[in-house]
Amino acid sequence: MSSSAKADAALALHRFGMGPRPGSIEKIVSDPRGALLAELDNPPPYPAAAATLPSSAKAFRTVADANARRQAKATLATRAEAEAKKQQMAAAGTAMTEGPATAMSETASKAAAEAVPDPGRPIYLEEAKLRTEAALAADIGFTERLVWFWSNHFCISADKIRSMSGAYEREAIRPHVLGSFADLLLAAENHPAMLFYLDNLGSMGANSIAGINRSRGLNENLARETLELHTLGVRAGYTQDDVIAFANVLTGWTLVPPGDNPEHGGEFSFNPRLHEPGAQKILGKSYEQEGVEQGRAVLRDLAAHPATATHLATRLATHFIADTPPPALVERMAKTFLDSSGDLKEVAKTMVSAPESWSEPPGKLKRPGEWVVSIVRAAGITQVDAKRYTGGQALLGEPLWRPPSPKGFPDDEGSWIDGMGRRLDIANNFAERIAGRADPEDIVENVLCGCVSAELRQAIGRAESRQQALALLFMSTEFQRR
Amino acid sequence: MSVGHSISRRAALIGSGALFAWTQLPRLARAEGRDPRMLVIVLRGALDGLGAVAPVGDPDWIGLRGERALVLDGKTPALPLDSFFALNPAMPNLHRLYRAQQATLVHATATPYRERSHFDGQDVLESGLVKPGGADSGWLNRALLALETEGRVNPVGSRAFGVGAVTPLIVRGKAPVMSWVPQKLLPASDDTAARLLDLYQHTDPKLAVALEGRMKLASLGTSAVEDTMADANPLVVPPGTRLRAYFAEAAGTAARYLAKAEGPRVGALGFVGWDTHINEGAAAGQLYNLLSALDGAIAAVETNMGEAWRETVVTVITEFGRTARINGTLGTDHGTGTVALLAGGALKGGRVIADWPGLKTEQLYEGRDLKPTTDLRAVLKGLLRDHLRVEERELAGSIFPDSAGVAPIAGLVG
Repeated sequence: MSSSAKADAALALHRFGMGPRPGSIEKIVSDPRGALLAELDNPPPYPAAAATLPSSAKAFRTVADANARRQAKATLATRAEAEAKKQQMAAAGTAMTEGPATAMSETASKAAAEAVPDPGRPIYLEEAKLRTEAALAADIGFTERLVWFWSNHFCISADKIRSMSGAYEREAIRPHVLGSFADLLLAAENHPAMLFYLDNLGSMGANSIAGINRSRGLNENLARETLELHTLGVRAGYTQDDVIAFANVLTGWTLVPPGDNPEHGGEFSFNPRLHEPGAQKILGKSYEQEGVEQGRAVLRDLAAHPATATHLATRLATHFIADTPPPALVERMAKTFLDSSGDLKEVAKTMVSAPESWSEPPGKLKRPGEWVVSIVRAAGITQVDAKRYTGGQALLGEPLWRPPSPKGFPDDEGSWIDGMGRRLDIANNFAERIAGRADPEDIVENVLCGCVSAELRQAIGRAESRQQALALLFMSTEFQRR
Repeated sequence: MSVGHSISRRAALIGSGALFAWTQLPRLARAEGRDPRMLVIVLRGALDGLGAVAPVGDPDWIGLRGERALVLDGKTPALPLDSFFALNPAMPNLHRLYRAQQATLVHATATPYRERSHFDGQDVLESGLVKPGGADSGWLNRALLALETEGRVNPVGSRAFGVGAVTPLIVRGKAPVMSWVPQKLLPASDDTAARLLDLYQHTDPKLAVALEGRMKLASLGTSAVEDTMADANPLVVPPGTRLRAYFAEAAGTAARYLAKAEGPRVGALGFVGWDTHINEGAAAGQLYNLLSALDGAIAAVETNMGEAWRETVVTVITEFGRTARINGTLGTDHGTGTVALLAGGALKGGRVIADWPGLKTEQLYEGRDLKPTTDLRAVLKGLLRDHLRVEERELAGSIFPDSAGVAPIAGLVG
């Protein structure tokens, strides 16, 4: 293996994959580009254990059921307490001065919370474990990186809807990252988790049946963020009137209430009673369709819009290649997007085939999630404690499926570089835990195939302990930048 | 991945960004015997200004919000400020400060941004530029540089430092930023940090600068903050009391640093959650809880500042306001004009500054939002000039470019 071939292989793994594991550089060194393209044609399957996880609707019902049972338990206990108090007072001859207890007793609520724990947390942790181990198990992990990218692009937040957060990614994102963007867009926007996250469940047209009867109306959130973040991009020329018209189009996109329907509660449903009747005009085009078809038609047009192509190409190239990606690369990717009617596999292929994707020096700072998974892979670890792992991600400022806003986690160096101190503490802690079984020199020679600076070799050689050497290695620019 | 301790809610949530700018006091101020402090709190998600400070004296107010309008004789009565405005009942501390001339409220204010994207709006709010996009530094960071270039701040001590892993734009820039997250995680030893710094200095100068900031901060030697919520589940959004505890903890920690003799003098932190599209609940509910937590945060700053409170200004700002009317889901959508809340012993307070635009449909911006009549930059410029003593010519130059027509508001402090 020549050193430049090894460097290309290492770059392929860091830039497009989850980072090198023991043996992975040798595996792809003869043709790193070909290996990436091959993975796209034959992506590794998601772990079979996913089949045992609940669907988003089932998870949502499970949590709703637990909440209802907890509430019932607390109510019963509160009533019992009040009854006991009444008898006590009657026995003491004092008259009841207060009305019947309506507020929930604190002790009763506490006891109920203990008796019926929230099932949302174990579901979240199971999902997190599976996702992390898929990233650790992948040979290269390009497809997983694409899942991470699109999941962040179409983010929801577990802070608002935890039960569905993992299932959302499996159901709406994962099946489409190498498929058509129009399918991905529809799958994301009509997913109950997204409708819940961006406040669309109760949005109703002013002239809809429900709108007239209940004098309630529109919520613009989903329409605005779909235009601004998911498709065209901000300042792409749409107006406030377009946002309102699109919000009208999306009225009725809601879910089956979980309490009403033990089989389908929590699934997507189109409720015609909420839907604003009539045609809507968006970006100069009139949409005459009835019902849910109207929204689907708008999404199809948005997916094919040239502004969407440029916006998505920019975001992809910014994430994978550089904070300021080469304009020629972005143009080429946007062109592929338009020429292929939004075929995301073709766009990914264009990206890895472009010369700029290889000539751009490895200057992009990894986000915390990428960095963590790359140091764990380098150590040869394939299984994780989900609680610890997600805790570490939260400390690093990138808690899993909990972005600070619908824009998702940022991708630029300026947002993350000041977190180096925290990364060092995490690296140090991780190094401490694995120092008994991981050898830093071995990682340098056999995982990175010697592709490190002389300064790093020297720092490792002079370290006071194996733990310190590992911490320095994990913090090195070789692991931080790609 | 391994972390040896459970993660505190605060550490997890504070990732949204509490930051402190670390600087020595301006020499001029020192010569006058002054030692001013400034803490900027950014409310991300767009605060409903009308829900925070209600124009109860406007004849169109009740017509606009109906039973959701805050009023003086409501179930939870709004707190009277003057004959026209009243404060949300969730904020008794701020009301007390207002009556003690230690709070000033600026209404119908906005940045120059006139669209309705949170992210662009925050970009303009924090960058200090007229338009969104492409900014790589914030006005607060550039204000520090402006002090420096005039030789009024000791350049050696001039540092910004951050709490949280993502640095808000408002303090990003050439003045170095230090990062700090409340933690119980065993930190790496100084020796390991020194060796890593040496490695970075030879291989990655930018990472070297970032790491150096963290090491300088560690050498400041502040005692660890008690981690009272270490066992709390970090994944649950804290409602009510927990939200209050979190806000108070974050702002109170900032104040502890600002109060120190050798500590930072300027800081910023961000609170998320103000995007109240559904069931806004100004008088009881979501917004009430948030404002209550904010009120507690201001009280925590006052308490932890101690003596230094009389030289402090806390500035609470947000990217834009919300629709004047309630939307179809009992919330409000993205709007324009809003309020800025100022609190602190340095203020000449006890007043609402507003050039009131009115609430009739034709008086609303685009027929839907409170019309902004006071440029927020006028407020910020007034504070930078008269409180921190930033050079006036820098205000419309490097700090808020293209704002020559926006005069600083005089007399905010005094």
